[in-house]
Amino acid sequence: MSPRARVPLLLAALAAALLALPHVAGSYVLSVATLALYFAFTGQAWNVMMGFAGQLSLGHSLYVGLGAYAAAALFVKFGIGPWAGIWLAMAVCVAAGAAIGLLAFRFGISGVYFALLTIAFAEFTRIGFDHIGWLGGPGGLFLKVGQRTSIDLANLRGTPTMFYYVMLALTAGAFALCAWLLRSRAGYYWQAIREDEDAARALGINTFRWKLLAVTISAAMTSFAGVFFAFYYNNLFPEQIFHISQSIEIILGPIVGGVGSLFGPILGAVLLTTLADSLNNLMSAMGWDVPGIKQVFYGVILLLVVMFLPNGIWPPLAKRLGLERKA
Amino acid sequence: MSATLVANVVISGVLTGLLYGLMALGLSVIFGVVRVVNFAHGEMMTIAMYAAVLLFGAFRLDPILAALPVAALFFAIGYALQAGLINPFITRPEHSQFILLVAVATILTNVMLMVFGPDARSVQTDYQLDSWAIGQIIVDKARVYAALCALATTAGLFAFFRFSRTGTAIRACADNHLGARIVGLDVKHLYALTFGLGAACVAIAGCMMTLLVEVAPSLGPSYTLLGFVIVIVGGLGSMPGALLGGVLIGVSEALAGLFIDPSAKSMISFALLIVVLLFRPQGLLGRTT
Amino acid sequence: MTQPKRISRRQFNAAVAGLGAASALAPFGIARAAGKLKVGVLLPRSSYEALIGQSCQLGADLAPAVLKSMLGVDIELMNADTESNVNTARTRAERLIQEGAHVLVGAFDSGQTAAIAQVAEQRGVPLVVNIAAAPQITEQGYKFVFRNFPTAGELVKNGLSLIGDLFQATHVAPRKAVYMHVNDTFGQAMTRGINALLPRLTQLPFKIVDTIGYDPAAKDLSVEVSKAKAANADFLLLVSRLNDSIVLRREMVKQRWHPMGLISPGSPGLYEEQFSKSTGKYAEYCIVNPPWYNPKAELTGVVEAAFQKRNPKEKFVYHGLNVGYTFEAIMIAADAFKRAGSTDPKALADAIRATDIQKRVMLGGPIKFNPKGQVDGNQSACVEILRGRPRVVLPEYAAEAKPVFPWPEYKGA
Repeated sequence: MSPRARVPLLLAALAAALLALPHVAGSYVLSVATLALYFAFTGQAWNVMMGFAGQLSLGHSLYVGLGAYAAAALFVKFGIGPWAGIWLAMAVCVAAGAAIGLLAFRFGISGVYFALLTIAFAEFTRIGFDHIGWLGGPGGLFLKVGQRTSIDLANLRGTPTMFYYVMLALTAGAFALCAWLLRSRAGYYWQAIREDEDAARALGINTFRWKLLAVTISAAMTSFAGVFFAFYYNNLFPEQIFHISQSIEIILGPIVGGVGSLFGPILGAVLLTTLADSLNNLMSAMGWDVPGIKQVFYGVILLLVVMFLPNGIWPPLAKRLGLERKA
Repeated sequence: MSATLVANVVISGVLTGLLYGLMALGLSVIFGVVRVVNFAHGEMMTIAMYAAVLLFGAFRLDPILAALPVAALFFAIGYALQAGLINPFITRPEHSQFILLVAVATILTNVMLMVFGPDARSVQTDYQLDSWAIGQIIVDKARVYAALCALATTAGLFAFFRFSRTGTAIRACADNHLGARIVGLDVKHLYALTFGLGAACVAIAGCMMTLLVEVAPSLGPSYTLLGFVIVIVGGLGSMPGALLGGVLIGVSEALAGLFIDPSAKSMISFALLIVVLLFRPQGLLGRTT
Repeated sequence: MTQPKRISRRQFNAAVAGLGAASALAPFGIARAAGKLKVGVLLPRSSYEALIGQSCQLGADLAPAVLKSMLGVDIELMNADTESNVNTARTRAERLIQEGAHVLVGAFDSGQTAAIAQVAEQRGVPLVVNIAAAPQITEQGYKFVFRNFPTAGELVKNGLSLIGDLFQATHVAPRKAVYMHVNDTFGQAMTRGINALLPRLTQLPFKIVDTIGYDPAAKDLSVEVSKAKAANADFLLLVSRLNDSIVLRREMVKQRWHPMGLISPGSPGLYEEQFSKSTGKYAEYCIVNPPWYNPKAELTGVVEAAFQKRNPKEKFVYHGLNVGYTFEAIMIAADAFKRAGSTDPKALADAIRATDIQKRVMLGGPIKFNPKGQVDGNQSACVEILRGRPRVVLPEYAAEAKPVFPWPEYKGA
């Protein structure tokens, strides 16, 4: 079977499995799956900036946090549900992303400097939100948790199964969007910019505009994750949601899975999330109740992957599955 | 707001800044030459702090004296780390380097947690809480010692890079990688040497830091971040720049804490970083490449 | 409140059979004895909150043996590390429940506890919170979440009134205080409480002349201390964590600032071992009003003995708070189990709601849950570091020593 025919078949099988998951798996597996999808989604959003346009963002927690706080504030202070709140969340994130992009690209910042710039903005915002008393400050913003047996999709109040499907829909949407983007004009321009920005500019591509587009799309997508986070965990602390460790968690999936590929971020996120939890289970099964040991194993595995699979896990896997197509 | 208060705060800011500069010095050297983003920088310093604390506990060795053996040890470790693990990553994209060092940092932090436990530890030297009173101005003894050490180390490193053959060779590598290889320099060895020197600087900074701060396993990330802010502000690859950046950050944070709100004083560092990145990305004393 | 109905033998057997079937499906399932209560303990044992998490764990570890001899119940602990992280807290809670935990205990951090609480409520498994001060945890209308720890508001109230008692006992009436606080969730809650309560507590003779908040991650607090010293207050009112309290105390010495004293209305740091170790003789006479254990209570003696036996190198006084509340949380679960006679989570929750335990480790009234699932009446003690270790100086009925205030080296204005 040619790769062209295999892909939709495999995708369909995967989709069926994912849709059926809540009915066969217990609550624990469901919670891990939801978490994996969350990181798959945010990884995919980050990938738009890095994998497509080549801009390394190490401060993506900024958009998660802004999106989360925007929607949460509307809900807690004004009783406005998340379906309306998402618009504000997106607007705020797009504004933030555009601001960072404008500043950075206007002044020709790239590479490591750009990465540090994104960190600086995220940290600045983290400390800033610690001082916004109206949004709870360091004490956190708590959303009132409603009835959890009935499903209120309008207000994102409901069972874990509902949250799983919401996250699944978001991830599928992101996947579709990225697939479309890659094949569109934006995708080609981004590839050109990623390969050699100067050459692209010489060819007449307005690199400034297209890079900015990548940043804002990435930011807008990430805002969805923020809104989900707010309504799933029902509490927000600046120290946690804007923290650099969140930014790092977001990018681990795509890098391990394969930056720039469509399926890499999803694969990476799923693998890492299940790895983390499996390590926990393994440690407790073996009775190694030593705090920190799981993270050591996790770090070692990460190290090995990054050393021996420089392009991530997906490209060699895709080749093996016969799904490889010309770039 | 009396003049004495402002004077005290500024002096303290300068002294603290010099120590921060020492911490960032290693990072500047590594980043400036090897071009590797060392996100395990803070963790390396934390290990150095533990080394100093252990030496103090076992032999009552003053951290200032412990700095020499610890620096030597870290030089070796840094050399090995660069030659063994990091070297293949120099040509890899930044995100790969980043993940490599994040993984290293995670492993280091949690090994420290497993070995030392979560308790914070410190040294207890006699002069640690002493201060000199010059009129109304009170100057912290331990900070002065640490600052002097920072100046001495920077001077030494500067002299090494300026006047020694190896130093010149390393600078050549940084300026022009290909040219250096053509001329026959053993770039891999020089890079490892540089990483070793950077690690030794971090070790000295760590030993000095134990005079002021408790050490705990989770100390690393905030120092890594601070190190990068200082290096960017002061200028990549510039040793006096690292000190200057440190002092600038130290004083501006101190003044911000005094006049605005102490809990927001870190915002100043990040604001400064953003401004410098935009308007003078090579930093105050860096050279434009 | 009526006693919960004892369930019939048939129901009990059915429940056991059901549990057995469920456990067969779980990947790590093991045969479950009907008479054992499985308690899932969720604590941050790595990353930022590791120190306190591991301290709480010591309390959990000694509980099964003590409760076996006290109540005759069998308890099996299932420990999980939340890694100071809300994602992990949630999945670990789910995992424990799947593995058959009948009751959850945890989790010290308010954010993580709130996440676990949602899981507990969703799955209908009772959660007994050992330590977490955010009021919202028991304000959600949950039926399965219980907390035996004062809320931030109660902490402030108890802490401030103890300061009043302290001044009365030492016949001193300082007029001015400078208030320094760490700017994190705890510090902020305390500040709000202090600002609200202080004007109303007219028996307190002092006013706050300056408020200085500082970053919890700050390694250098020289600016803050300079500012505080310049405020020319009589004493320092402090809400801090461990590391910053050490840095602050040292900085005070370096800057030669010797006020009347250092009083915390009730925050971590001052009573912890590292504070005394690191500041040495300068820890002496520091005062803090945390929720504390009753050194004179009978149960405290039992728990302390068990603690020292298991941890000969540790000193109970430094872990008393964490160990005591964690032990009490498990004790609540065990006591409910005994009364309910079943491990069915709903029955356990109902039994917990009817708890009335008089013999306690911690200071305060009996353990009784109000309709929100909160225990009212947990009290604080005025603890002063005297002769090298923290000692209870107030209230008198629990006192181990007499309070000393102001500091002997205070020379007056």
